[in-house]
Amino acid sequence: METRPRSFYVLGAFFVLFLLFLYGPTFTIAILSFQGPQGGLTFPMRGVSLHWFFDLFQEQAVGDIWGSFRRSFALGLMVMITTVVVSVMGGLAFRKRFAGNVVLFYLVITALVIPSILVSLGVGLIFSQAGLPIHWASSGFGSQLTWTLPFGLLIMFAVFNRFDKSFEEAARDQGATNWQALRHVVLPIIAPSLIGVALFGFTLSYDEFARTLLTAGSYNTLPLEIYGMTTNVTTPVIFALGTLTTAFSLVIIGVFLLTVWSMNKRRAKQGSDAGKGMV
Amino acid sequence: MRAGETNRHLTGWLLASPLTLVLILFLVLPIVMIVVVSFWQATEFSIVPAFSWENYDFLFGSPVTYRVFGNTIKYALIVWAFTLGIGFTVAYFLAFHVRTQTWQIALFLLCTIPFWTSNIIRMISWIPFLGRNGLANSALISAGITDEPLDWLLYSDFSVILAFVHLYTLFMVVPIFNTMMRIDKSLIEAAYDGGASGFQTLTNVIIPLCKPGIMIGTIFVVTLVMGDFVTVRFMSGSQSANVGRLIQNDIALLQYPSASATAVVLLITVLMVIGILLRFVDIRKEL
Repeated sequence: METRPRSFYVLGAFFVLFLLFLYGPTFTIAILSFQGPQGGLTFPMRGVSLHWFFDLFQEQAVGDIWGSFRRSFALGLMVMITTVVVSVMGGLAFRKRFAGNVVLFYLVITALVIPSILVSLGVGLIFSQAGLPIHWASSGFGSQLTWTLPFGLLIMFAVFNRFDKSFEEAARDQGATNWQALRHVVLPIIAPSLIGVALFGFTLSYDEFARTLLTAGSYNTLPLEIYGMTTNVTTPVIFALGTLTTAFSLVIIGVFLLTVWSMNKRRAKQGSDAGKGMV
Repeated sequence: MRAGETNRHLTGWLLASPLTLVLILFLVLPIVMIVVVSFWQATEFSIVPAFSWENYDFLFGSPVTYRVFGNTIKYALIVWAFTLGIGFTVAYFLAFHVRTQTWQIALFLLCTIPFWTSNIIRMISWIPFLGRNGLANSALISAGITDEPLDWLLYSDFSVILAFVHLYTLFMVVPIFNTMMRIDKSLIEAAYDGGASGFQTLTNVIIPLCKPGIMIGTIFVVTLVMGDFVTVRFMSGSQSANVGRLIQNDIALLQYPSASATAVVLLITVLMVIGILLRFVDIRKEL
């Protein structure tokens, strides 16, 4: 094996430091969440216990954590499904030029770059002036979509830029209708990327804070609940909550990655089915 | 032919209609509403339709506005410089020094996973690290570098910028790595064969070819920092202000018209910056 240049080791060390910087703080609060009952928000550890995790389960100690978790989870699923469906449709639309596609594209870019507090403020104002009650599943849901849809659509652009159109054309040449070509050729090929879109849709919604701040109504989502806690909770219970929700996010990410991995593996195992069609 | 033309537009519009609907309802209308309300007036308890330039007069007449906008741009520039430097280096290592694709994907994922976890949690994670009795201070004291804990580590511009860099470097790594992976390796070899040093190859070949990725990363980082209000609140302990905080304060006081006026000016500023940046990159082609 050829020797690596010195720059490899310098950059490698830089990379390791970067990872430490990225993950260090999260590990710190993970450790601190096991503080003993007398422990505080910083080191030293005063014993090791699950005290603060148990505290989380006592409703009166920290507000409605579990209710807000359920709402965030439901909202995440709603946003995820909507993001996948709408992004795929949008991605398909943008494959061909249609009147107004440039305007729509710049709207998507605007949605991506607009400061999130503007969405929160604007949607909140519209609902209050129209006399509609704000609720996480209506105004909150819509506000979050303005953040997840641009990501979903950009992923679809990336996917269709790399998409080999000859597969689709081959299907059409064999007499497939547009819908059949989409259903049996295009969608199966892009399926792993859709898992990626779903991951973005769910996690961006599950963690979204600014866009739901003024649009969630009287029932908080989990990030809003945590935000509230940071101002009035001064015990490691907030670290325990942080550790739990980070662990939950990691599980979700793991599930998505595993799905993509097993899909690719199954595909590789089956190999090419050329010539095996039902003629 | 003519029928096919209409048909194509119709299909395009049908497919794009859900996207358009969401954006009109939750992006265009809210912006219009903010612009309208920015001309309204507020009493202590409610907002009153009107057409008055009062909010803008007040905004542009107050020295606080200029200071806060200056502060926002300062944060954006500093954070941009750091995220670009770190992001480029990390992407460069991944793209050109990690040799097998499996390792590339694994390390790349390791860099992106925090993006899918909660920003607020990642922010508060710095507190036990930077506080008066935090890890950083204990380390500095036991190493004999200082005798007293440093106060400026937490609740200062330092911690605000640190948290921004921590949260947003990913937005630089991903697009730059993406463009680097598309660079034809034979171009780099050609540069070496032509007698270019490693540094010359970097500045004359790699960096120009990475420009689209750098621009996309820049768009993300600059807009996220300029629109932020949570990071500044948490990490400065409410001692520093940026435009987002200004808007949030007005909202907390139910001064929606004044919040809207500030929001309009912020939006125009951000869109101008993005407009300039988009001249350098065609996002649709670069994905």
